[in-house]
Amino acid sequence: MAPLSSGSVFEVSEIQNEPVPAFSSGSTKRRRHFRLWRLVVLVLAGGYFLIPLYAGIKFSLQNSAGHFSFQAYDKLPGAPGFSAALTLSLKIAVATMVASTLLMVPTAIYVHVRLPQLRRVLDVVTVLPIVIPPIVLIVGVLGAFPEWAKASPYLLSFMYVILAMPFVYRSLDAGLGAIDLKTLTEASRSLGGNWRKTMWRVILPNIRPALLSATVLTLALVFGEYTMASLDLWQTIPVWIVQFSISSDGNIQVAASMLGLVVTWILLVAVVSLDRSQSRRTLRRMGG
Amino acid sequence: MSKSEVVASDPGTSVPGSEATTHRTSSLLRRVLRKIEPAFAIAPFLIFTFLGLGVPSLAVIYYAFHGEKGGWTWSNMHLVTHGIFLVGFENSIKLGLLSAIIPGILGVFLAYAIQTSNSNVLRRLTTTGAGVLANFGGINLTFMFIATLGSTGILTYWLRDLGINLANFGFNLFTFSGVLFVYMYFQLPLMVLVVTPALGGLRQSWREAAENMGASSWKYWRHVGIPVLMPSILGGMLLLFGSAFAAYATAESLTLGVIALSPIQIGNFLNGNVIAGQTHVGYAIALGMLVILTVTMIFYSLVRKRASKWLR
Repeated sequence: MAPLSSGSVFEVSEIQNEPVPAFSSGSTKRRRHFRLWRLVVLVLAGGYFLIPLYAGIKFSLQNSAGHFSFQAYDKLPGAPGFSAALTLSLKIAVATMVASTLLMVPTAIYVHVRLPQLRRVLDVVTVLPIVIPPIVLIVGVLGAFPEWAKASPYLLSFMYVILAMPFVYRSLDAGLGAIDLKTLTEASRSLGGNWRKTMWRVILPNIRPALLSATVLTLALVFGEYTMASLDLWQTIPVWIVQFSISSDGNIQVAASMLGLVVTWILLVAVVSLDRSQSRRTLRRMGG
Repeated sequence: MSKSEVVASDPGTSVPGSEATTHRTSSLLRRVLRKIEPAFAIAPFLIFTFLGLGVPSLAVIYYAFHGEKGGWTWSNMHLVTHGIFLVGFENSIKLGLLSAIIPGILGVFLAYAIQTSNSNVLRRLTTTGAGVLANFGGINLTFMFIATLGSTGILTYWLRDLGINLANFGFNLFTFSGVLFVYMYFQLPLMVLVVTPALGGLRQSWREAAENMGASSWKYWRHVGIPVLMPSILGGMLLLFGSAFAAYATAESLTLGVIALSPIQIGNFLNGNVIAGQTHVGYAIALGMLVILTVTMIFYSLVRKRASKWLR
């Protein structure tokens, strides 16, 4: 992704070193040593992350007798409470994504273009929701907010915008940092574009991949968040999974969990790949 | 701002003459507007974060020092700094520290291995995967690890076939060691996410310079790489501390409340499992967590300031 990705640069440096005999023998040895070390790390990490995933998927693909079957996935849509929980989660997710975009995109763009000195402050503020525990936040919210707010599921959306902020802002920040915002804005302004046009027709299309991945991460967050939803007494998907698992055998909940994880991951990979093919196409168009 | 305004605000194109006075007042207005424009532009963000982060925190502080019937009191705070609640803080801090240091160090190696691998597919899978997994937790994670390392888990069977019984090593999925092991599942990806940009900031020219002066790989890392990365690594670890310290859903579903941990104790208060007359103790525990995390945050911002010195 980055032009300075060390992998390729390493190779280049070693080729450059080759004319000097003393260095070249040392560096090939180092390279082999390095490869082995890397392999060990990657295999261990791969095992750690993939074996539980495999175990979960395998478990969800068993029927009660322990044989392979899609039973759990077949039963999932009809499980009591599932469709209500899914509807609620989807509603909250849509509201969260819309609110988060409307709030964070203009702020991030404005700070990048006009107030770069505020970026450090925003960096710290947007990392706060990672550090302040959701449980502390929800305790405070339930203590401080008026009844009408607590009666609405969209209070969760409101809090999820806060919880998603670190990921959304970081994604937008990276996206905005990767384009030459100053030149683009100035070009647009000198061609007579006003702020709205500049944002809508110039900046937004350029940060669309960052925006998309921020949205997918928000979606993942809404469909995975348990603490706030359960303590605010709304039966979203994660809460449903926990409550339903008490009353029945585990396969269906594991199936729901696995489905959620895999779908999110696929969505995210798709978004990133979209970004790639998009930039490649742009490059080709510019070249040809 | 409209097109005409843009033109007029450009001093080179403003026309002196009969319209001078109106121009002056409007330019004054415009200057004032321009001064306060930044405040307006980021006001929504500030209001939103104040409502979502500030108000709940203030509420926690307020209720922590107030009894159920109102009125100022120290009794809540006294209660949570003694007995089982103190043990909860101790356990939470211990868990936070251990699951900051271990995944913190391993995460650096993992991020470096991924970053220097030539496989684009691997890099793409891990950057997206890290984002997903860093948010993963709770019951889903518990299910997966029970299916892996529970008494009938597949890894338990594999290891038993090899003659290894994990229980002999003092490992139990549902106790402290197990929680630590499970937390790595979201802590490692978080560390990879945090430390990867810093690794990208290590300039190739530094390595070349070190090599030209005859430094071995070890010496390069000892004198250049690690000192430069150190602030980012420490910053990442502080974040990991916060995330493990705060985790509620995973701990609750995995240990079912067997280990005394502060977040679970707060949850008990909210769920109504409390002695009458002590409902505000939950706020006091929350305040204790806030204090500990504020200290962490102060360290984080200090360390971050140092880290940004070397990156770009």
